[in-house]
Amino acid sequence: MSECVIPTLTSMEVVESKSVLPDGWKADLSNLKGLDLTQPVLELMRRTTSRLPQDVIDALVKGRDAEEEGSRAFNTLNDMVRNILLADGNVTPLCQDTGTVIFFVRHPYGLSQRAAKKQIRAAVVQATKNVWLRPNCVEAISGKNTGTNMDPFHEGHPVLHFEEWDRPEIEIAVMLKGGGCENVGAQYRLPDATIGAGRDIKGVRKCIIDAVVKAQGQGCSPGILGVAIGGDRVTSYEKSKELILRKLGTAHADPKMDAFEKEVTNDLNTLGIGPMGYGGNTTALGVHVEEMYRHPASFFVSISYMCWSSRRRVMTISSTGEVSFD
Amino acid sequence: MIRLTTPITEDRIRQLKVGDEVLLNGNVVLSRDIGHKFMKEQKPEWLKPILENMVIYHCGPVVRKNSDGTWSFVAAGPTTSIREEPYQADVIETYKVRGVIGKGGMGKKTSEGLQKTGAVYLHATGGAGSLLAERVKRVVDVKMLEEFGSPEAFWIIEVEDFPLVVTMDSHGGSLHEIVLAQSQERAKALMN
Repeated sequence: MSECVIPTLTSMEVVESKSVLPDGWKADLSNLKGLDLTQPVLELMRRTTSRLPQDVIDALVKGRDAEEEGSRAFNTLNDMVRNILLADGNVTPLCQDTGTVIFFVRHPYGLSQRAAKKQIRAAVVQATKNVWLRPNCVEAISGKNTGTNMDPFHEGHPVLHFEEWDRPEIEIAVMLKGGGCENVGAQYRLPDATIGAGRDIKGVRKCIIDAVVKAQGQGCSPGILGVAIGGDRVTSYEKSKELILRKLGTAHADPKMDAFEKEVTNDLNTLGIGPMGYGGNTTALGVHVEEMYRHPASFFVSISYMCWSSRRRVMTISSTGEVSFD
Repeated sequence: MIRLTTPITEDRIRQLKVGDEVLLNGNVVLSRDIGHKFMKEQKPEWLKPILENMVIYHCGPVVRKNSDGTWSFVAAGPTTSIREEPYQADVIETYKVRGVIGKGGMGKKTSEGLQKTGAVYLHATGGAGSLLAERVKRVVDVKMLEEFGSPEAFWIIEVEDFPLVVTMDSHGGSLHEIVLAQSQERAKALMN
């Protein structure tokens, strides 16, 4: 399995030809009350479950090519690339764990969040029927699977974040976050004497290193880390997750923070954990850090770990109704 | 590359060492969280002939039911194994299981179980759901589908050249322990 794979995804023409949206479909955003998001969201799910963003593929290939050819790390990264191409070509889920389905919806004034929620939920039910999603929503204690990915109380799953903004377009981002990587996320409260982390940027760095060492290969390394500094327990974790949506290789707006992100990523890649924890130089594909405000008494560092199969996609419906995916 | 076919004898398993790359053939049995709790607590007799000298796979697949009533595996990579740590050694001993496939490795208790019964831990590439589903030749049977739901059911599948690495052997060796120790040491230096 060590033959080196050069990745080329199926062309956009092929992707478009398999769309669930009729050719030339347009939304009418002048009538937000009459808008039905079900089909566009279904198409968003199709593209997210089977096709990785290009920046993630590029990072994996770069990691592979930096490993010694024929090593277990090289072969494992190569298998990951092979898997990406297979799932893309077949339009089947990249990973059997299609994750917790997390939406971030930003919309202009006038959109009914209740109606949108109903439509997004309907799209998720359909995506599950289409075998693009595994039924991943079970009752907490009994473990009973609802079979549809629906939480009957409309609270837990799919996860929906709504925000009204003053722009005319609708933007819906989705992330499929697997259970394995969710389980290795961590929240620290500084100062933390167990790892010698104080209330400063050095302390934050220690938290990140500690979390990645504890995670080993369990979160399907090489991982992408979202790190929020500050906030309360909830907003901090929430922000850390949102940071996973940022494209790999994009610079932080603050040059100091940008340098910190790069330095920590390099540090993590000297830990020797490697892809799947087999050993190697590719442990993290990127670290995205954001500073928030906090209560004077609390200093949280929240870390969300995303597996290498970072399935995220953003759909934009422009003010003139065209749908685009990024 | 070592080719293995289930059922596997104890002798053959004891020859395997950490780092060996294996292509597995024959039947394997899927089981994860609910299944392991069930096996440890209820020890159902009917599972004994299904599991003896066989391999358990920690996997909750994406499956498609075909129009003729048969099943196809669409995505079938490994799930994190450490969640089965409280159960695995008992399951291996009770059912004389020769191998466990998963990801992330397992702990001391399982390692002791592997040594005692004669079994290995086989690591599959996490997230390679499509790649690994291609190596599933057919679904032989499924048990407890209604009761556990599809990600948790005992799927019995036939695999062909399923690519794996031995990361824990029956002699106490563990690649996971080695990588953990080395990375902890490096972290200490970085955090100084």
